[in-house]
Amino acid sequence: MAIVYERPKSLNGAPFTYCPGCTHGIITQQVAAAIDELGIVDDTICVGCVGCGGYIAWFMDTDAIYSLHGRAPANATGIKRMNPDKVVFTYQGDGDLASIGTAEIVQAAHRGEKITTIFVNNATYGMTGGQMAPTTLVGQKTTTSPYGRDAAHCGKPIRMCELLSTIDGAAFIQRVAVNTPGNVRKARAAIKRAFQCQIEGKGFALVEVLSACPTNWGKTPAAALDWIASDMIPYYPLGNFKDFQ
Amino acid sequence: MISSVRFHQDACKGCELCIHFCPKGLIQTDTAVLNANGVHPTKITRQEECVACANCAIMCPDGVITVEKF
Repeated sequence: MAIVYERPKSLNGAPFTYCPGCTHGIITQQVAAAIDELGIVDDTICVGCVGCGGYIAWFMDTDAIYSLHGRAPANATGIKRMNPDKVVFTYQGDGDLASIGTAEIVQAAHRGEKITTIFVNNATYGMTGGQMAPTTLVGQKTTTSPYGRDAAHCGKPIRMCELLSTIDGAAFIQRVAVNTPGNVRKARAAIKRAFQCQIEGKGFALVEVLSACPTNWGKTPAAALDWIASDMIPYYPLGNFKDFQ
Repeated sequence: MISSVRFHQDACKGCELCIHFCPKGLIQTDTAVLNANGVHPTKITRQEECVACANCAIMCPDGVITVEKF
């Protein structure tokens, strides 16, 4: 009997507190699965953020710390510089990383900090009730843009992978999605490579994961995954923007 | 192919993504069970037809599915 798939060992067994159908659960499992494959669970430190993504600190069987809103890269910098033999990763949402934490993530990449960032982009502020985020698509309805995001008034969504890939200190930048089983497998491979980038000391690594928020998008879980394919991926193209050798 | 698909039904939240992604349509809600989350969890029917692709388990946001094959 060979196990094809089971809940990753790097999770501590606590039930996820994400909403039904929230793909944070898929991404959390893939991060844990990548840690399992690399066998680094005892040497990994998780830096949680503010928002739904911060829950990951409850579920990982690693050491973990919460940081202030957007400041996860700053915390991770301090931890990694004092413990260079540890693997440090941040797990941040788009409201955290692309809004209040933009300065921290850009400067962490600029300094070439040897940390790994998992950036979960669901185009909304999930935990606080679905307000407009910097990554909200033009025309997308949220509680603070009830007629849809107006590009003339609010600007167009920010593409963090394209932005960060222009910085020399960033060694690995990739955008993936979790809307199909195939894309989830690719996401796991990208997350694993982002950890390897840090382990080999190449520099800053970031994986952006296009994620669904069925609750705040007002869709069923399956329809939310379809919306990633039909609306998000055309604006946020998948692919590798920067890789190390 | 002989495979085994097990559901940890207590942790299921009823999002039904496993039903959506099963290429053979083998998964359905188990209306005989109401779990602590207040939903009917999912279960596999016709186990002998399962090819152990594990799409259901990979897309399960709560990791309630374990897939094994002989």
